[in-house]
Amino acid sequence: MSRQTPTFQETADAYLNNTQLRENLGHATHTIRDKRADIVGEMPDWEHLREAGNKLKKRVMRHLDSYLLQLEASVQEAGGHVHWARDAEEANDIITGLVKQQQVDEVVKVKSITTDEIKLNEALKKEGIQALETDLAELIVQLAEDEPSHILVPAIHKNRKEIRDLFREKLNNKELTDRPEDLAEAARLYLRKKFLSAKVGISGANFGVADTGTIAVVESEGNGRMCTTLPETLITVMGIEKLIPTWQDFEVFMQLLPRSSTAERMNPYNSFWTGVTPGDGPQEFHLVLLDNGRTNVLADEVGRQTLNCIRCSACLNVCPVYERTGGHAYHSVYPGPIGAILTPQLKGIEDDGAASLPYASSLCGACYEVCPVKIDIPKVLVHLRGKIVDEKKRNGSLKAKLDPEHVGLKLMAQAFKNSKRYERAQKLAQTGQNIFVKDGKISSLPGYLSGWSAMRDLKPIPKETFREWWRNRNE
Amino acid sequence: MRISLFITCFNDTLFPETGKAMVRLLERLGHTVDFPFEQTCCGQMHYNTGYQEEAIPLVRKFIDVFGDAEYIVAPSASCVAMIHEFYPKVAERSGDAQLAKEVEEIIPKVYELSQFLVDELGIEDVGAYYPHKVTFHPTCHSIRMLHVGDAPLKLLRKVKGLELEELPGALECCGFGGTFAVKNADTSMAMLSDKMKNIESTGAKACTSIDNSCLMHIGGGLSRKGSDTKAVHLAEILASTEENQ
Ligand code: SF4
Repeated sequence: MSRQTPTFQETADAYLNNTQLRENLGHATHTIRDKRADIVGEMPDWEHLREAGNKLKKRVMRHLDSYLLQLEASVQEAGGHVHWARDAEEANDIITGLVKQQQVDEVVKVKSITTDEIKLNEALKKEGIQALETDLAELIVQLAEDEPSHILVPAIHKNRKEIRDLFREKLNNKELTDRPEDLAEAARLYLRKKFLSAKVGISGANFGVADTGTIAVVESEGNGRMCTTLPETLITVMGIEKLIPTWQDFEVFMQLLPRSSTAERMNPYNSFWTGVTPGDGPQEFHLVLLDNGRTNVLADEVGRQTLNCIRCSACLNVCPVYERTGGHAYHSVYPGPIGAILTPQLKGIEDDGAASLPYASSLCGACYEVCPVKIDIPKVLVHLRGKIVDEKKRNGSLKAKLDPEHVGLKLMAQAFKNSKRYERAQKLAQTGQNIFVKDGKISSLPGYLSGWSAMRDLKPIPKETFREWWRNRNE
Repeated sequence: MRISLFITCFNDTLFPETGKAMVRLLERLGHTVDFPFEQTCCGQMHYNTGYQEEAIPLVRKFIDVFGDAEYIVAPSASCVAMIHEFYPKVAERSGDAQLAKEVEEIIPKVYELSQFLVDELGIEDVGAYYPHKVTFHPTCHSIRMLHVGDAPLKLLRKVKGLELEELPGALECCGFGGTFAVKNADTSMAMLSDKMKNIESTGAKACTSIDNSCLMHIGGGLSRKGSDTKAVHLAEILASTEENQ
């Protein structure tokens, strides 16, 4: 296997030792987790809504080709332009080209993970264009030259004091306190000037409606509203899976999304636009439809449901693994449970880092329980593990095939096929363990199993197995 | 009633006491227990780690061994969940339509112990006696995959002398997760330390559950900490009586 990104295991350990990070994250995820549970609990028909969301998204995936063409036609009819991008490079070329046409060197951006996925800001920078993040949390991440660690709250790994220090330095505001109001005000003053002068705005999309051509962005701060209304030109980057069939389907998604993401009944700002409207808002609108691996995901019958995701981040907030390691351990703009299934499918499992992600889960199933569109994340994780092992058997290096887990599981599979062989293996394990047993327990194991014994004792294997007891009893 | 015991390889080898307790309990309740010797492993560890091809012969074996059984009961929620949730997938992968049919037929006959007692037999009071403070950890697979609900709690509430302490953060994963506990050992331990904190906060003498795999992890952590709290399988509590205390 080629190696591009570090594995989850390698990185997680460093984050686990960062107690400040674990405290910030533990606190933040538990708060939002409880709030979500309360606000979802208000809805007697929540399970029906989830079912409806799932069915709608499934339908979109089944007929994605025709819905996309329908969307293209409706956007064009409403005066917008549609561009198709096969991958990140194509998308970035299209967008930089469009920005350059406007002869500007600065654009304002609404928080958009899709643009993070294609590393748009870097591509723009190469062309001398500065992209200014206007979402408070994204701005924090950008000023800190950091990476987002959560889908919805990109700076969830930072606390107030850390943010105050950052703003004191970068926004040149030496007297700033760490009160949330003051921090927001400092950002507001800084951003307001930029909004008023920006000629080009760039956004992502929460939804694109096939039958009307409407694009929707929901948010909490109002910066998105400004980015999508003040500049003369608006460029929206949308993954091809963000489609919904009709305007009416908002009935389902506008209930599912805010309750699952920010634990609100409704988002404070819901912006919808359809092409261009003369005399009102941007007079030039471009929609860039991005594939970047999504059609490969679509081709996998089990993996396909990953595309249902509406990026609410509920799965991150309930995930016991994410809660402890934080988002950076996933080495992707999509962290947490959704990232663990999406990243390997988008990037391909030939990448060591991506292939480690489906294993970054205890399969506890908390994510599936909250997912508003019912993506069976544990099932997809196990499915991807299967693909990774199949690939290893086919093309794995000798080293991969000598890996103790691989060898061990192969041997055990042989033993389990036949109860006589299995009994012999039991006996072997009973004798084999003797060198490790001390004071009636095993406190240290070598190699692959050392991870177990570093912090957990193991009870030695008893002298008599259950089947031996049964045999003796019935003799 | 004739009950075929699926002990699971894990309990057979590492926790025979749980199997013995199950036999005592079911016989005490007047049932005939039978243990088909040919049984080995359900294939969960292989399947969940990605060795899905290797699970096919194990599913075949399970059908061969238990095909004629009336009731198949196991002391492990995650192994039963494997059968209910993933055996159809394994059968599908094998491309063997007969196997798929047999899997479909056997699934409704496979029960986890507490579910079998409460939902199938309709008993909550099994006549057990266990004079200790106990807390219960509902394992993820038992709750979210097998949906056993509060069957184990119903049984525990009826045990004489037992003082049941509610476990804070009960529904949070203990961090076991099969090979996850070894592959991502540090993350697994970070999860376990919070679970242990919650267990110890109850002051319970025993933390019980319906899966020895999670209990081995929890018990191993508690033992390393030098804690007084022990991990005990539910079957062992239910098998205890005033006579055999
Ligand atoms: S996978 Fe489900 S829960 Fe997670 S972000 Fe996507 S929609 Fe939300």
